[in-house]
Amino acid sequence: MRSKLFLGATAAFAVLAAGSVILPDWAMFLCAMALAKGLVCLGIVGMMRGGVVSFGQGLYYCIGAYTATLVANSFGVSDIFLLTLLSALACLLVGMAFGPLLSSYRGIFFAMLSLALSMVLYGSLSKMSVIGGTDGLNIAAPTFLGWAPEGRPLQTALYIYVVAIVVIAGTLMRIYFDSEQGLITLATRDNELRVEYLGASVRNIMTYNYVFGAVLGGIGGTIAALALGHVDPEFAFWTTSGEFVFVAILAGYLSVPAVFVAAIILELVRSFSNLYFPNTWQLALGIFLLVVIVLLPNGLGSLVGRRKGNAA
Amino acid sequence: MDLVATILVDGLIYAGWLFIVSVGLTLVFGVLNILNIAHGSLYAIGAYASASLVGAYFAAGGQAFPYGSYVALILAAVLVALVLGPLLERGLLRFFYGRDEVLNVLVTYAVFLILEDVMKLIWGVNPYFVYEPYTLLGDVEIGPLFYVGYDFAVIAAAIVVGLAVWLTLNRTRIGKVVLAVIHDSEMSQTMGVNVQRIYLGAFMAGTFLAALGGALTAPMISVTPGLGVNVIIVAFAVVIIGGLGSVPGAAIGALLVGISRAASVHLLPEAELFIIYFVMAIVLLFRPEGLFAKTQVRKI
Repeated sequence: MRSKLFLGATAAFAVLAAGSVILPDWAMFLCAMALAKGLVCLGIVGMMRGGVVSFGQGLYYCIGAYTATLVANSFGVSDIFLLTLLSALACLLVGMAFGPLLSSYRGIFFAMLSLALSMVLYGSLSKMSVIGGTDGLNIAAPTFLGWAPEGRPLQTALYIYVVAIVVIAGTLMRIYFDSEQGLITLATRDNELRVEYLGASVRNIMTYNYVFGAVLGGIGGTIAALALGHVDPEFAFWTTSGEFVFVAILAGYLSVPAVFVAAIILELVRSFSNLYFPNTWQLALGIFLLVVIVLLPNGLGSLVGRRKGNAA
Repeated sequence: MDLVATILVDGLIYAGWLFIVSVGLTLVFGVLNILNIAHGSLYAIGAYASASLVGAYFAAGGQAFPYGSYVALILAAVLVALVLGPLLERGLLRFFYGRDEVLNVLVTYAVFLILEDVMKLIWGVNPYFVYEPYTLLGDVEIGPLFYVGYDFAVIAAAIVVGLAVWLTLNRTRIGKVVLAVIHDSEMSQTMGVNVQRIYLGAFMAGTFLAALGGALTAPMISVTPGLGVNVIIVAFAVVIIGGLGSVPGAAIGALLVGISRAASVHLLPEAELFIIYFVMAIVLLFRPEGLFAKTQVRKI
């Protein structure tokens, strides 16, 4: 089972990394952004397995992005590994503060409270003129352990970096999903009371899932900030979080790769509808979203699962 | 002293507006169990519709009797409810009853995205101004402070709306039926209630209230695209604070949010955006279901 997973991860890395050679600049940027956002969505999927959906994952996306930017601008740190680590750490701390609090909320209340937290951050950042207010801040291009590429090599390096993180995070999350804790999460989705009676702590599980989501959100935000070269409070706005939830629903909670496929699909649909229907791309996105909800209520991942079920 | 008075009056004006927008949201959630993000779009459509209708009224020689423009405002909201209410409820939402609450939020998010662009297609991207109804009622002097009379008309409208909704639900036969459907729609159906019709009626009422909120706001602002984005999130805060599905809750939530926002505008302007969600987060931390919601049986 494990060897199969690592084989799959290696294959995924090889395929995705090959993109750095084949893809034109615009597509590589699009994929890097999609994969970075996919990391955030993977965190939501982790929570979705327990039956709750965070409508405020923009909170961590934004904290990650701002941590990286502020550290880079005030201390001159440009190493991408260090920036990612620091952002992840910041989100870990914030997640550990809010996680235990949120772990007793379910359904719409979990969604709304997480949304409120992200909007508190949005509101605060928009009014803080010291760090750019609604205009946000710029962040310089990252370096990789002392190597400072420019132009296409920079894009390629950033892309490979995202791919590596995605594959590592995806593999770790898969291992976590299949672990005892992960399976308890899944059981919680079916019947929370029964899980409690069997002696497991649902609150602890929910906290873990939330904290993992926070860290993934922070990493995603850091990479997005570095790829864009700019951060602003919109990172924490509710429509940003709404898109993450959309990707999570599109992917479903059954498969990890589906999350990143869904993220790329969303970016593609957005870019192309932006290109072909510049005035009605939201309309196209909305219709796409409705079609997905109607046709694939369990997400893209259910397609793979169904096929496996037939084969077995 | 003046500052306290200013904060109270400003807060009340904002709360009146907030209540009209939020009560429809809470009504729709109470009956249909759907938290409607598209409520924000319906609000914006109400604003556009009233801007167009009032504009047409004056273009057709309404200057002779300018007060008729208030009828046009309300008529615009009725029109929006009659057209979009059935279209959205019958055409889309009814297929999602009983599904996961969060999934339904996403369904209405899709509707929100669609309506945002539909509005741009119909009304374009240029702002609309209809200031006439705003200036008609003159100014009101409270101590050393001057207010526009129209602002107080909005408070009055909020009180009328609140009383009307409360009385309909608690003092009429149809209201009792609605409460029965909220309590247990399956049981009501077996008792001979046409649940479908109650759902449609409740959604149309919610749409009307959203559009009315927009229609009453249109004279105070320039009606531009993107109007609904911020409204919905503030309305969410109000209904969550009050407890989803509770009309008195929406009133208290609106007052709480309205006055804290006014206080922050006057005392600590940097916190204006922050304060609304901060209040919501605090209330949720201590009352996880909101101030007025009961844990099991949802109430209107």
